[in-house]
Amino acid sequence: MTRPSLALHLVLLVAGIVAPFLFPAHSVQFAVFWIFVLFAMTWDTMGGQMGYNSLGNIVFFGLGMYICAVVQIGLFYNVGDYTAASGEIKIDFTDQQYYGGLALGVFLAAIGPVILAVILSKVLFGLRGPYFAIGTLGVAIAAAELTAAWGWVGGGGGISMPVFPGGPGMRERFFYVACMVTTILCYLFLRWLYSTRFSLAINAIRDDEDKAEALGLHTARYKMVAWSVSAFFMGIAGALFGNMTGFIEPLETAYPTLTFGIFMVAMTLLGGKGTLWGPIIGATVFYTLRELTWTYLLGWQYIALGVLIIVNVVYFQQGILGWVQARKPEWFGIRVETQPARAVKVDGKP
Amino acid sequence: MSQAIIDVRGVSKAFGGVIANHEVSLKVEPGKITGLIGPNGSGKTTLFNSIVGQYPIDGGSILFEGQEISRMNVQEIARLGMLRTFQQTRIFSKMNCIQNLLISVPHRKAAWRNMFGKHSPELIEKAERLLEFVGLYSKRKLVAGSLSFGQQKLLEFAMALMNEPKVLLLDEPTAGINPTLINGLIDRLKRANQEFGITLFVIEHNMRVIMNLADQIYCMSHGELLASGSPDEIRDDQRVIDAYLGAH
Repeated sequence: MTRPSLALHLVLLVAGIVAPFLFPAHSVQFAVFWIFVLFAMTWDTMGGQMGYNSLGNIVFFGLGMYICAVVQIGLFYNVGDYTAASGEIKIDFTDQQYYGGLALGVFLAAIGPVILAVILSKVLFGLRGPYFAIGTLGVAIAAAELTAAWGWVGGGGGISMPVFPGGPGMRERFFYVACMVTTILCYLFLRWLYSTRFSLAINAIRDDEDKAEALGLHTARYKMVAWSVSAFFMGIAGALFGNMTGFIEPLETAYPTLTFGIFMVAMTLLGGKGTLWGPIIGATVFYTLRELTWTYLLGWQYIALGVLIIVNVVYFQQGILGWVQARKPEWFGIRVETQPARAVKVDGKP
Repeated sequence: MSQAIIDVRGVSKAFGGVIANHEVSLKVEPGKITGLIGPNGSGKTTLFNSIVGQYPIDGGSILFEGQEISRMNVQEIARLGMLRTFQQTRIFSKMNCIQNLLISVPHRKAAWRNMFGKHSPELIEKAERLLEFVGLYSKRKLVAGSLSFGQQKLLEFAMALMNEPKVLLLDEPTAGINPTLINGLIDRLKRANQEFGITLFVIEHNMRVIMNLADQIYCMSHGELLASGSPDEIRDDQRVIDAYLGAH
């Protein structure tokens, strides 16, 4: 890592650590911001790097959320009875029970979506282009409806999450740190992943999948792993978000296809897809605008965001980082000039 | 005669009512350059697509090194060591030339853990040598989509060589290439055959090129095999001349 790059990372890390102390009233907003960054980064693995525009990644978020809730409650109580009482039952968890249940819940909330991604990849990766987008959208909508119809997990009535045992303000801070750490780990993992052969393979699939197949590339394998990576982090994000919200239900919290499901695409396109930092920049700009419109344009907030998305996809398709990249390619290690040939014989060893 | 590396036996393929290939049989000898010619629409590219597993065939059998491959898919056949290039050149347009080559390595032995490996300096060196071989070294860091059509064709050829195939099926390698570069390309194809030991099976419309290049030529017309023989035999074959002039 170069020195300016290291400095930038440190500045952002410090900003991330001090933010909830400077503005404690906004801890939850900051935590949601980290989750938005994670949304955009994991969506870009599929949509930007591999060229598979999934409109159904939210399904892993919702699944992780529900798995975590069921584990946290089910470890100490009958889930069916708990949800049937619709919030009347308050379980007094000891600290140990709460954190133990949460840890196991988050772990399984990461594994479950990976298993679903592996299964879905067998079915849906036969589809390409817009068909894949619509297919995945169908999965997300179906997941919401199925959950809403399933009484054992509370159906449309949802589940009240276990109450956080710490004192006032602790809950926000705890989940802020958890969201931040998860997103940073996701960033570091993707950063490593994109430095390996894997990134060339998924970029090749994006540029020309038929050619990649003709070269003998194990395309199905790469696609499955790429989606599983997205699913893993989305599942953890869902588990944390559910606990932070305190109450989960299928349509608005767990599988919000029309809000979070679209936001993750919009953020990535805004920042510049197919780059590591594009989604992060996009999420930052988008989230800021979203908070501002919710504060100052209440009632018109969705119209404002809709206008932003339209302007983005019609006039600014390359996104913020793509725009910079087109003007300053050398900043990104992209060469546009030819280089002189080496002074060796054509077939000779250098 | 040694065992054929590609042995096509009575292959038929129809698209609806259109018969693209009708009981075509031919053999490609290992280590040689075999040509496939014929007027437009005579079924040459369809035969290529059938051989590499792109299309399921309706009848007949295709053997690669004695192994039946007519039911395998494109990736499995590619991993056996039979590769094709496309008539409409296909490269990875947003990646640079080196990256295009690095992802074209042979995937025969690729295990799960290889997905996350780094590229060794030897591999990068090999990619650079092959780019030098096709004359694209000075453009190695350029995004492949910014190259001219002819250069993309050369890049695709280098990608194929990177894959270390046993057989390379080339679909019109000189189409769209500047005439002055064609001689250089013929020279490189011959060297790929002689120095790297790659068997070539080439569809070509340019008669001068194919007569210069091939050891053995097959001619197709209306989905059927019309004639076969050495370049001299094909040149003098009245049926071939008729097919090209439209008398057939």
